[in-house]
Amino acid sequence: MLKKKYDVIVIGAGPAGLAAAIEAKKTGAQDVLVIERAQELGGILQQCIHNGFGLQTFKKDLTGPTYAQRFIDELAGLHVDTLLDAMALNVTSERHVYVTSQSSGFVELDTRALVLAMGCRERTRAQIALPGTRPAGVYTAGTAQRFVNIEGFMPGKCFVILGSGDIGMIMARRLTFEGAKVERVLEIMPFLTGLTRNYVQCLLDYDIPLQLHHTVKRIIGNDRVEAIESVQIDEHRQPMPGTEETIPCDTLLLSVGLIPENELSRKAGVALDPVTGGPFVDEEMQTSVPGIFAAGNVVHVYDLVDWVTQAGLLCGRNAAQYAITARKHDGRRVRMKAGENVRYVIPHILDKESLAESAQLLQMRVTLPIEAPVWVEVMNGEERVTRKAELYVRPGEMVNIDLPQSAYDAVQRASELSVRVVRR
Amino acid sequence: MTQEQKKLICITCPRGCALVVTVEGETVIKTEGNSCKRGVDYATGELKDPRRMVTTTVRVKGGVHPLAPVYTESPIPKPRIFDLLAEVRKIELTAPVKFGDVVIENVLGTGINVLASRNIPAKSETS
Repeated sequence: MLKKKYDVIVIGAGPAGLAAAIEAKKTGAQDVLVIERAQELGGILQQCIHNGFGLQTFKKDLTGPTYAQRFIDELAGLHVDTLLDAMALNVTSERHVYVTSQSSGFVELDTRALVLAMGCRERTRAQIALPGTRPAGVYTAGTAQRFVNIEGFMPGKCFVILGSGDIGMIMARRLTFEGAKVERVLEIMPFLTGLTRNYVQCLLDYDIPLQLHHTVKRIIGNDRVEAIESVQIDEHRQPMPGTEETIPCDTLLLSVGLIPENELSRKAGVALDPVTGGPFVDEEMQTSVPGIFAAGNVVHVYDLVDWVTQAGLLCGRNAAQYAITARKHDGRRVRMKAGENVRYVIPHILDKESLAESAQLLQMRVTLPIEAPVWVEVMNGEERVTRKAELYVRPGEMVNIDLPQSAYDAVQRASELSVRVVRR
Repeated sequence: MTQEQKKLICITCPRGCALVVTVEGETVIKTEGNSCKRGVDYATGELKDPRRMVTTTVRVKGGVHPLAPVYTESPIPKPRIFDLLAEVRKIELTAPVKFGDVVIENVLGTGINVLASRNIPAKSETS
């Protein structure tokens, strides 16, 4: 059963979101909800069946699903609410969240602190403007990874992979394991863009050729990919005429980079860094909008999940602290209003509990001079909370009045207080 | 006996240290370029008996997904990888599969078990 208002809502149940939710709960947030688009927790880790995860966090070499399982199990023991198969449609800067799912229908939720942990998306063919026909058989590496590792489909028999990112190289090995032929990995840059260990254990181990300084010039095929034409690139990233080669294949995988997924951040008015594509964050992982935090690949693309977990933990801790402070202030704050012949009062807002510790100084300026004895009165509607006598008031001379500790009870009843200056 | 230098890239962790290994016949004399002692172990193993962790999937009947990811409990000899994959392909599990379930015991007589990487609940289960 969903609550109407949470201390912390986390959007996304990948490694960042899971870590944030766990740490938020451990820090003392009362109600924590994780909203996840997929039907299960774990995010992209569930399709990353290879090992190499957790060497820093657990000092162990784990597979992606195993790494995720540890956090899923921990979350389950902490009484964190989860809403799976659910789409967060919109988020406002006031942390009002609109969600729809088959189980809950359309719901609106409020949260004292929000954690954005939507991760990232793969760059597609359109984003790298790949020329040629538009046949079937062109996939991003991550999509192919999901087909092969979770859904049990082979997207082709004979592959060319564009991009030497980690997912591309790992898929080269994976497809080889499943009986496919990987003809070539092409990399436009003069260097490997993934980890060297993956070059060794995914490409070298299986004699899969890598060509640096090469890219796809065009895709050939009408209904289905029949071949790609590769070309060498010069140091100015221009294709070198005469170096074209036709490589027969039925599938082209793209491993050409990841982009933080920030549609919701944008809707919430979160300022984004054009370089990273993610939110501007402070050392607490708080974005430009107070109470909205962000962690993981939604902020910038990490190469190791261990770092994503670290960011999630940091973010969850701070989001919980923010929520705990906000909860303390819930219904506990009064607005200070300027009444008759008062221009303004400082502070604008007063925590009712502050009177438990000491008297609170109110400072103001009057609108018009009164050259006669006056009362400075603090009012809760028609009820007078306290007053002070002055012989005169002038706009150029600031007026001070102490709200005494004896006013504690009267202030508890108020939702706003006004200050007025009237003739005695 | 003459000494020889071999270049390797350590795959133990994401750092990927470039190792220069001095060998005399079958014996490793010296390992350089490593940032930690695991580099020495890797170099010794890689030259004598190269091994790899293998991760793949196995078919599952009645699960929330048609496949369960599996892994070798420890690295297996590199030349046996495709034999192992063929063994795994013969198997079909029935859901629910639990994390750590032994999928194949002592695969190919290596003394190494193949284990499930995660839970695959049965289709009707909610967890």
